Amino acid sequence: MDAFINDRQNSILTKGKDNAAIACGKASVAGSVSQRACVFCGSRVVLYPIADALHLIHGPVGCAAYTWDIRGSLSSGPQIHRLSFTTDLKEKEVVFGGEERLYKALISLIDTYKPKGAFVYATCIVGVIGDDVEAVCRRVTREKGIDVIPVMSEGFNGTKKDGYKIACGALSKLIGTDTSFEAPEHSINILGDFNLAGELWMLAEYYKKMGVNLVAAMTGDGRVDDIRKAHKAQLNVVQCSGSMIGLAKEMKEKYGIPFMKVSYFGIEDMSDALYEVAKFFKSEEMMEKARKLVTEEISKLLPQLAQYREKLEGKKAAIYVGGAFKAISLVKALRLLGMKTVVVGSQTGNVDDYNLLKDMCDDGTIICDDSNPNELSEFVKQTGADLFIGGVKERPIAYKLGLGFCDHNHERKEALAGYEGMLNFAKEVYASVCSPVWQFMK
Amino acid sequence: MLLRHTTDKVKERNALTVNPAKTCQPVGAMYAALGVHGCLPHSHGSQGCCSYHRTALTRHYKEPVMASTSSFTEGASVFGGQANLMTAIDNIFKIYEPEIVAVHSTCLSETIGDDLGQIVSKAYTDGKVPEGKHIIQAATPSYVGSHVTGYANMLEAFVKYFPEKTDEKKRQVNLLSGWVEPSDMRELKRIAGQMKVKSVLLPDTSDVLDTPMTGSYSMYPKGGTTVAEMVSMGDSMSTIAMGEWATKKAAIALDNKCKVPFEQIDIPVGLRATDRFIQALSKAGKVSVPEEVTAERGRLVDLITDMHQYLYGKRVAVYGDPDNILPLIEFLIDMDMKPVYIVSGTPGKAFSKKAEALLSERVPEAKFKNGPQADMFLMHQWIKEEGVDLIIGNTYGKYIARDEQTPFVRMGFPILDRQGHNYFPTVGYMGGIRIVEKILDAIMDKIDATCDEVKVELQM
Repeated sequence: MDAFINDRQNSILTKGKDNAAIACGKASVAGSVSQRACVFCGSRVVLYPIADALHLIHGPVGCAAYTWDIRGSLSSGPQIHRLSFTTDLKEKEVVFGGEERLYKALISLIDTYKPKGAFVYATCIVGVIGDDVEAVCRRVTREKGIDVIPVMSEGFNGTKKDGYKIACGALSKLIGTDTSFEAPEHSINILGDFNLAGELWMLAEYYKKMGVNLVAAMTGDGRVDDIRKAHKAQLNVVQCSGSMIGLAKEMKEKYGIPFMKVSYFGIEDMSDALYEVAKFFKSEEMMEKARKLVTEEISKLLPQLAQYREKLEGKKAAIYVGGAFKAISLVKALRLLGMKTVVVGSQTGNVDDYNLLKDMCDDGTIICDDSNPNELSEFVKQTGADLFIGGVKERPIAYKLGLGFCDHNHERKEALAGYEGMLNFAKEVYASVCSPVWQFMK
Repeated sequence: MLLRHTTDKVKERNALTVNPAKTCQPVGAMYAALGVHGCLPHSHGSQGCCSYHRTALTRHYKEPVMASTSSFTEGASVFGGQANLMTAIDNIFKIYEPEIVAVHSTCLSETIGDDLGQIVSKAYTDGKVPEGKHIIQAATPSYVGSHVTGYANMLEAFVKYFPEKTDEKKRQVNLLSGWVEPSDMRELKRIAGQMKVKSVLLPDTSDVLDTPMTGSYSMYPKGGTTVAEMVSMGDSMSTIAMGEWATKKAAIALDNKCKVPFEQIDIPVGLRATDRFIQALSKAGKVSVPEEVTAERGRLVDLITDMHQYLYGKRVAVYGDPDNILPLIEFLIDMDMKPVYIVSGTPGKAFSKKAEALLSERVPEAKFKNGPQADMFLMHQWIKEEGVDLIIGNTYGKYIARDEQTPFVRMGFPILDRQGHNYFPTVGYMGGIRIVEKILDAIMDKIDATCDEVKVELQM
C-alpha cells in the first residue's frame, strides 16, 4: 500500500493477512481527501428531522446553506425543519460578537414560526469569538416560554461522531420534561431512524401490528412533545448505534430504560428487530403476531427476490458508508442476494464494529476506516468490485470506474429498511449493476 | 405547503437570513481552482467545510470533486493551523501529486488569525514544495461577501502568481471568466475560435467537471488552464474580464503585474451582453466579426421575434449571482419581459446602481435588493404580494414555484434536480437561444396544462 499516506496504514486491513486491530475513531490526517465531515455536521443530521422545532445556525452563511433541506427525512406534519435559518455572521460580529444578533434572530423566528422548541447550532467561529450561546438560549427560553437548546457543535471540536454525542445531549435536555404523561404498556422509543424515504412509518407499522406502542421516534418524523415523553417508554430500540447509543445508555442510567441494538436492513436483521422486542416484553401473543408478520412478509418477498438473486449471484460489492453498524447489515443483505463483499469501510466505525465485520467477511476482504477516494478506487480495482454502496461523494467516482452504485445514505430515494426496503434494495442494486449502459463504457 | 409560513407582509429583518440566496466564499475558491489543470484545492479549516463544498459541487456537477483539508482540531484552533497546513502540504505532494495546491482559508482559520501567505512562504523556504510544483493561496473568510467573492479571490491568487511578462508579446487575448458552467467555458472558447482570436481562458472547468465516461477515474482530468498557459497570460495583448464581481480583482492584478490592459464586460448572457463580448473580442483580437457569428445572432433575434407574443409583458422573478443575473435582466427586458423582483445574496453597492440603470425606464415597478437579508424568504414575500409569470434561479426556487404554481426555469448555482446545465451553455447567442427555449417551454407547458379545454391550442 505504498500509494497511501503512511499514517493510514493501520486503518486498512485485509482479512486473512493482517491480524492487528484496525485504528479508528482518530481525527483524519491533515492533507487527506477525507470523505468525513465535522462535529456540526454530525449534530445537524441527527437533530434535523425534528420537524416542529426551529433549527437556527449561528455562524457565517455557509453552514446553513449546505445543510438546507439536506436529507430526505420526511415529516407527516410540520415542515419547519426543511427551511434554512442563519444569523449569517459578518465581519462586524466576528470582531464585536454575535450574541445580540442571535437574540434578535431567535425572537423574530419564534414569533413568526411558533415552533415547539428551538435548537441553536454553534459553528466553528462562535466559540472563538466568545459568544455565550448558552446564556442567550436561557434568556430566550425565559422570555418566550419554549425550550431553546444550545447545540455546541463547533466543527473543529472532534469528529462527526462527537457531533452525534452533542446532539444526543440536546435531546436529553428535552427528554423527561413532560411529567404528566403515562405510557401505555408495551411502549418503545425508536432511536436512530431518520425516516429517510418514509422508513420510520414502515417500521412503526410493523410494531403496531405486533401491539407495540411508539412513544417517541428520535429523530425521524420527530416532534418536540413526543421527545419530552420519551422517558416513559419501557424499551429503547436503537438503530444506527453510532449516533444514538450514547443517548440510550444515558436513558438507561437516568430512567432505567433498557435498550437493544437492532438493524432494519435485510431480512435477518429486520426480523430479529421484531422478535427481540417481543421477547423483551415476554408476550407470547406479541411473539405470535411477530412470527405471523415475518412469515407473511418473507413469503411475499422471497419469490420476488429470486429473480434479482439469479442475476446478481457471485457479483462483488464494495461498501463505504457513514456508520459501520450499517455496513454489517449490508454485508448480510448482499449475501442474501448472492453477492460477496470485497471492500467494507466507514467514516465513523469503532473497534467492535470492525471486529464483527472481520469475523463476517471472507478472507481477502479489505476493511478500512476513514478512507479517501484514492484508496477506495484502488481497492475497487484490486478486488474487481461490481457495485459500490456509499453516499453522495462516492457516487460519481463509482460511476467513473464503471461500477454500479447504490446510495445508502441521505440521498436514497426509496426506502431500504424493512422487507419492502429489502426488495427496493435488490431492485436498485440489480438495476445499477446490470444496467445496459456499462456496455458502452469504452 | 412547504413554505406555508411565508407571509406577504415584508417585515424589516436585520439579524436573520432565511433561505439564503448565496453561500460562503470557500466553495467559490474551490470551484475556481478546479478550473486549473492538475490543481488540488485545499481547504484550510475544519474538515466539515471541505466535505460540504465537495458535496455541494458534486451535487451540482454530478462529477467527483477532489479537495484536501487541513482537518483542524481543537489544538489547531488554539495554537493556530500552521502545523496542520505543513503536514498537509507534505502529505498532498507525496500522495496526490498535484501540480498546484490552491489553498483557501475558512472562517475558522481567519478568525484565529492564521496568515496563509506567511505559512505558504515558510513551506517554500522549508523545502516542502517539490521542484516545479506550486502552492498558491487566497484568503476567503466566510463572513465576508459570498461564494462569488471566494471565486474572485482565488482567481486573483492565480493571476498574481503565474503570469510573467517577457519581452515577447503574444498574439493572444486573456479571457477571465466569471462563475459559469463547464459548458459555458467550452462555449466561450468556441466563440473565440469562431472569431479567430487566440485566447487563454482562466479558469476553465470544461473537461474537468463534465468529463466523459471512460471506465477509469483520474484525479486530475485533462481539462483546466495549464501552468504554461497561465504564465503566458502576462504577454497577452489584453484581457477581457467577464463579470465584475468575479473577475475585476484578477483583471486589475494582472494589469498591475504585467501591464496587460483589460476590458471589463458582463458575462455574455443574452443578446446585448453577447454583442459586447463579440465587440470586445473583435477589438482585442483586431479581427472582424465573421458571418457565422452574425448568423447565430440573427437566429436568436429570429426566435425572439417569432415568440414575442408569449414573452411580452410577462412578470419575472430572478435571483442569483450579480454577474449572471444582471445581463439576464437586460436580456429579459430586451425580450419585452418584465423582471419585477430581483434578489442576490451577494453584496456590492454596484448592484443597485446597475439594476436601477437597467430597470428604471422599462420596468419602473421593479423591486431589487442584494446583500444582507436579500434572501429567498424576501423573494417569496414579494411574489406573495403580487404574483409573477415566471421564476428564474437555482434549484432553491422550486418550493416557491410549487407553492405559487409558477413556471420555473433553473439557472445558476446550485442546480440539484435537473440536468443539462453541464452540457448546454447559456452564454453567447446559442446560449441565448437555449434560455429562450427554456423560458418558452416553462410558460407554454403551464398554458397547456392549465388552460380551459376549449382553449387548448395545437399550434403555438
